[in-house]
Amino acid sequence: MATLTTHPDCVPLVSYRFGKGATNIDKYLELDGYKSARKAMELGPDAIIAEMKTSNLRGRGGAGFPTGMKWSFVPKQSAKPKYVLVNGDESEPGTCKDRLIFEHDPHAVIEGVIIAALAIQAKMGFIYLRGEYRYLIEIMEKAVADAYARGFLGKKIFGSDFDLDVVVQTGAGAYEVGEESALMESLEGKRGIPRIRPPFPAVVGLYGGPTIINNAETIATVPHIFRIGAAEYAKLGTERNGGTRLFCLSGHLVRPGVYELPMGYNLKKMIYEVGGGIPNGKKLKAVVPGGSSTPVLTADEIDIGMDFDQVGKAGSMLGSGGVVVLDETVCMVEFALRTMKFYQHESCGWCIPCREGTDWLKKSLTRLHAGGGVDKDIDNIRYLAENMLGRTFCPLGDAAAMPTIAFVKKFRKEFEDHLEGRGCPKHRAAEPEPALV
Amino acid sequence: MADVTFTVDGKKLTAPAGTLLIEACRAHGIEIPAFCYYPGLSLQAACRMCVVRIEKVPKLQTACTTPVAEGMVVVTESPEIAQARKATIELLLGNHPLDCPVCDAGGECELQDMTFKYGAHESKFVDIKNHRDEQQWSPVVYFDRPRCILCYRCVRVCGEGMDVWALGIQNRGSGSVIAPNGQDHLDCEECGMCIDICPVGALTSGTYRYKTRPWEMSHVGTVCTHCGDGCKTTLGVRRANDGMEIVRGDNRDKSGINGDFLCIKGRYGFDFANREDRLTQPLVRQPSGELKPVSWDEAIDFAGKRLRELRDARGGQTIGVIGSNRTTNEESYLLQKFARAVLGTNNIDHHRTADYPAFAAAMNGESEASLRDFASAKAVLLLGNDPTEQHPGLAWQIRTGVRLRGQHLYVANHQNIKLRRQATSFLRIRENDYAALITYLAGDDSALDRNGEAKAFRDAIRGEGSLIIVFGSEFRGSDVEALVKFGSSLPNVQLACLGDYANSRGAADMGLYPDLLPGYVPVIAAAHFAQEYGASLPSQPGLDLLQMFDAAGHGELAALYVVGANPVARYNIDPASLRNTFIVAQDLFLTETARLADVVFPAANLYEKSGSVTNTFGDLQLVKKAADRAGTRADFELIVRLAVAMGADVKQLVPFGHRGVRADMGQARGAQSGEADRHGVWLAAHHLEPKLSPFDPFAIFDEIQRLVPAYEVPRLDLLSGNDQHLRSGLVQIQHAATRRDVVWPSNDTLFTSGTLGRYSRTMSSVLESREPAETAAD
Amino acid sequence: MASPAQPGTIFSPALAARFDRLVTLYPVRRSALVPMLLYAQDEIGYVSDAVVAEVAARIGITELDVRNVVSYYSLLKTRPAGKYHVQVCTNISCMLRGGNEILDHCKKKLGIPNKGVTPDGVFSLEEVECIGACSWAPAAQVNYAFHENLTPESMDQVLSDYRAKAPNGEGK
Ligand SMILES: Cc1cc2nc3c(=O)[nH]c(=O)nc-3n(C[C@H](O)[C@H](O)[C@H](O)COP(=O)(O)O)c2cc1C
Ligand code: SF4
Ligand code: SF4
Ligand code: SF4
Ligand code: FES
Ligand code: FES
Repeated sequence: MATLTTHPDCVPLVSYRFGKGATNIDKYLELDGYKSARKAMELGPDAIIAEMKTSNLRGRGGAGFPTGMKWSFVPKQSAKPKYVLVNGDESEPGTCKDRLIFEHDPHAVIEGVIIAALAIQAKMGFIYLRGEYRYLIEIMEKAVADAYARGFLGKKIFGSDFDLDVVVQTGAGAYEVGEESALMESLEGKRGIPRIRPPFPAVVGLYGGPTIINNAETIATVPHIFRIGAAEYAKLGTERNGGTRLFCLSGHLVRPGVYELPMGYNLKKMIYEVGGGIPNGKKLKAVVPGGSSTPVLTADEIDIGMDFDQVGKAGSMLGSGGVVVLDETVCMVEFALRTMKFYQHESCGWCIPCREGTDWLKKSLTRLHAGGGVDKDIDNIRYLAENMLGRTFCPLGDAAAMPTIAFVKKFRKEFEDHLEGRGCPKHRAAEPEPALV
Repeated sequence: MADVTFTVDGKKLTAPAGTLLIEACRAHGIEIPAFCYYPGLSLQAACRMCVVRIEKVPKLQTACTTPVAEGMVVVTESPEIAQARKATIELLLGNHPLDCPVCDAGGECELQDMTFKYGAHESKFVDIKNHRDEQQWSPVVYFDRPRCILCYRCVRVCGEGMDVWALGIQNRGSGSVIAPNGQDHLDCEECGMCIDICPVGALTSGTYRYKTRPWEMSHVGTVCTHCGDGCKTTLGVRRANDGMEIVRGDNRDKSGINGDFLCIKGRYGFDFANREDRLTQPLVRQPSGELKPVSWDEAIDFAGKRLRELRDARGGQTIGVIGSNRTTNEESYLLQKFARAVLGTNNIDHHRTADYPAFAAAMNGESEASLRDFASAKAVLLLGNDPTEQHPGLAWQIRTGVRLRGQHLYVANHQNIKLRRQATSFLRIRENDYAALITYLAGDDSALDRNGEAKAFRDAIRGEGSLIIVFGSEFRGSDVEALVKFGSSLPNVQLACLGDYANSRGAADMGLYPDLLPGYVPVIAAAHFAQEYGASLPSQPGLDLLQMFDAAGHGELAALYVVGANPVARYNIDPASLRNTFIVAQDLFLTETARLADVVFPAANLYEKSGSVTNTFGDLQLVKKAADRAGTRADFELIVRLAVAMGADVKQLVPFGHRGVRADMGQARGAQSGEADRHGVWLAAHHLEPKLSPFDPFAIFDEIQRLVPAYEVPRLDLLSGNDQHLRSGLVQIQHAATRRDVVWPSNDTLFTSGTLGRYSRTMSSVLESREPAETAAD
Repeated sequence: MASPAQPGTIFSPALAARFDRLVTLYPVRRSALVPMLLYAQDEIGYVSDAVVAEVAARIGITELDVRNVVSYYSLLKTRPAGKYHVQVCTNISCMLRGGNEILDHCKKKLGIPNKGVTPDGVFSLEEVECIGACSWAPAAQVNYAFHENLTPESMDQVLSDYRAKAPNGEGK
């Protein structure tokens, strides 16, 4: 099963209970469990939100929106019930961190939901996991049942006047459902098509009620903030980027794995020290710093701190924390194609630029990679991607366009090498695909 | 809401706060392109064609989802915006088959128009297009996936508009596809709304596809010949060997009382007109007993002479006349005048589908609701009837009102009719409790036994500030009176009475009754009609339709003149009982009635003539000649010629040519494009009166307007194709409660339309295609 | 709302009972749709016409509505898969560490193409998008079980372990 990897620079905060048997509720309680929820209950909504703002916690789902601010957008008075929704759809290629949380510390998610519900006075919470995570759904359901049995969920939680129900929900295979408004649609039993915004979920969300939606890691971090104190938490990270996060190191590394490191940790160090460098004596070619949606960085762009602002300044995004490392052998056209194949497969199809754009980009890249490229292809690919950018219904279109533009811009030579009907230089010498038996 | 002021393309505009930018712009003549936006349907923001630049907002915004706000500064056309739209079209064209030369929508396609406008002419893509074969989903609906641009209009109009929800979106990404509810076929109302609303040629109709190019057609706006709603329909006609053929029906300009709507009948039920088995030659029964084609002169002379002989020998009271639910007001009027003034009989009737006389009597100054009023009404009380099946246009208006304006709908019915789904409150009652319900609503608690639910229903209705009450043929005679009386006890009430066919109301208003003259004037107190029609006007009520057939059975009906009706089938008449009656019939087909006739005249249908019709709500509309079929004559002309053959004074019958003008108004050429009507508009606008021929229906319309006060509506608007609501205070007649009740509801469904419906291939094939499904559901 | 009467169900009593409860958990019944479909598929093998019909009836929506949703989610299948559905990730992190080779290896080993089913119905194969095992790439899932850090050799072992579990080598 999935486990955390450690390194001396790691700061075990969210991962504090990983590998300690905390799926067991007694063990969880032993390790300071549910103390933060009780503390939050005493603080009351305004103070909870103030603490969250102090913590400088920013959403771990990808966009890095300040969590405390998000919570503060929920209207105090609402005719419709309010909801807390945990986004555990985790489908961004390169990302495998929420999985560890669900597997090792399910009660932290529940405790986070309780605190969020107290903050906005919601009576119901949902924890949505991608359908592939069946074993985690079982772990979460067991944890929720245990929490009900102890009176931490249900009527009058912790003996207070506050009621809170929590339901664990399974998805059924769709990246787009990780997008917050599509997530609500899915939870309402519909196709995962995003909603028109405004109104934003904090005002009109699930079942029409004000809703806060947070990534699983964001929510699981919340109890730890109350455990160690918001100011302490903020101090672990950099300016406006509080705390730590789980970085998923994958690709061409000696020691790939999920590591908990402070926000702002240097990317170069992350690759060469934490991840053990590039195996087989190969050289680094590029890094996708925050999941497949984020623009690629070349080997000489990696001396940056890994927080939302610094990576943004470097022309990419911190995203979901999925750091994918590419060595010099990687064909960037193939990599771009595989990336686009994903978005083409996952586009919900609602809007024209994304539906048709990803389809045509995939077709063009496939042909280019296979040796059927024509001169205008490279400019066309850029033209298509640039015309998708900022014009689609939801950010999936941007997520497909941004990396594509970066691939072409930063590795144009490799694209040109594919022209002239020769196909991929890397594969040219390779054998044909093995025949089926 | 309060108005806000904002700037679009440098112009200062105002609109109510909350108005969508795209609508606000359109209202000021600034057109923003849109595929997925459609007024009145839910917002999608899917096509991204409507993108505009709003100051201080980083990305381009969709005008179809952005409400206007105070001080907003918007740019709707710029190089950046044009490029965004162009790229969107390029992407669409990438997978589009570009088979425009054979596509039904070619020339009327929003994708073509946009491509032209934004110059996306250079083909960027070299890869192979995604392909799927065309599918037939029903006798009416065909789907060509590669042409679909996924604007979801069809899905929404079927679901939100029709409340049928037969279309879905399946798969995702570039595999997304519109799918029918039966997996490979549609199980639906076959209204064709989805086809009509499709901006491209992805959805096409079985009746029209690959038939013609849009520019080969002429378009004539007229009125549907089927149910009593009287939807405006635009017929696309083109020249055929034997006249003008109808190739398409739609409501392209949306200006009619039906707005966006047409049902299967209005859209596709015109095809009876094009059948090969239309009667195109007069038939006369030979001594051998056979019906044989003869010349027009011979047939008319023969029929006229024989009728005259019988009248003179046996008296007018032995002759019966049965009129039509689908002829024009002028024809119905003329027919009863002919019966009364020429044949000298009050034995005149028609297939009655509602008790309009009782309604007219009861109304006494109350206000009658137009079909248009239903979409904007605050509250509607529907008693009896099943509009989804019998008044699809009304059902659409009500659904629209409920969906877009929060209308309260109250339904009381003995069946679970579909409109209960829109109802604020639905009261299920027993079939024979309609009268009791009114008594209850009027305040008598003992009228209904289990009345807990009814109480809430009554309280809610009484709490409404304004209300339209609409009722079906469950109400007749004194029940209608009681209902109207109850209505008048509420504030701001309008009423409407539902009858079944395109001009059922006109037939009633024009006096196709044995006891009532036009405008419901009793024959026993004929007043000015006595002078108008001359001395021969009989003053005693005649036989009603059933009595006529009884009389025939007793050998007391010498002759029967049937115009556009099929009573033999409708009332299941034994042919033997008509053995001794001389029958003259006018029809499109050799119907069960025509088959028994001695003389049969091939008649034109409502799409092949001019005149006016009145829908069941009292909306008066002009019908225009769209098609024609060589060998047929309008009923109007036939009646006139029969009168002449009987020796009647034609100027007495039709007041024409007073000034002795002679001119060709287009009639002689078989006007195919409303030419005569255009002349009419011009003449009317200049206060000139175009009554030049005894076959000019407007000569009779003059007389109608003169003698039936409710029809005194502004002429010019009517002539330019706008519906006019009849003036209220229809007529004053005596208490009608004691009249014999011979109302016989037709019980048509969405897919039937009396005898005429049986001759529509589209409607029959839909019925056939549904049969297995319906038995399976039992 | 009370759950509608169920004259006959195609589901096992346990699953039927689970569904009865599921629809009551949410503010609207329809929220149970996606889980119901997935759990029904787990039991029946795929989302058959009968599953569509019963789920539609249980929730109170049209079959078209159900099909619209089914066709959206990639885990939901409308045709039977093998008893063991082998899902090999070839997305970026896996690709970099040999995911394509694992997929090719499975094709060769099972003698079926992507989306194929072995004639005995024991295995089916599918190339899938990222399954959340990127740091342990290349990875595959067999039904819901994760297999990570795969090599062609360890994949062989995985397949033969499953084959051994299939009674008499028969699928369903
Ligand atoms: C296409 C797409 C997929 C996404 N997938 C996920 C996901 O799997 N998990 C997640 O937490 N957020 C995902 N997001 C981000 C969510 O929309 C949302 O911003 C996030 O759940 C908010 O939580 P946070 O503020 O805690 O980050 C996705 C966004 C997009 C546009
Ligand atoms: S024909 Fe009418 S009812 Fe049928 S699918 Fe189209 S819109 Fe829906
Ligand atoms: S079929 Fe026509 S109306 Fe329906 S989604 Fe496609 S293009 Fe739009
Ligand atoms: S509702 Fe009636 S009038 Fe309107 S199109 Fe249908 S049949 Fe014709
Ligand atoms: S019209 Fe605005 S997005 Fe389609
Ligand atoms: S890329 Fe294969 S599991 Fe994430």
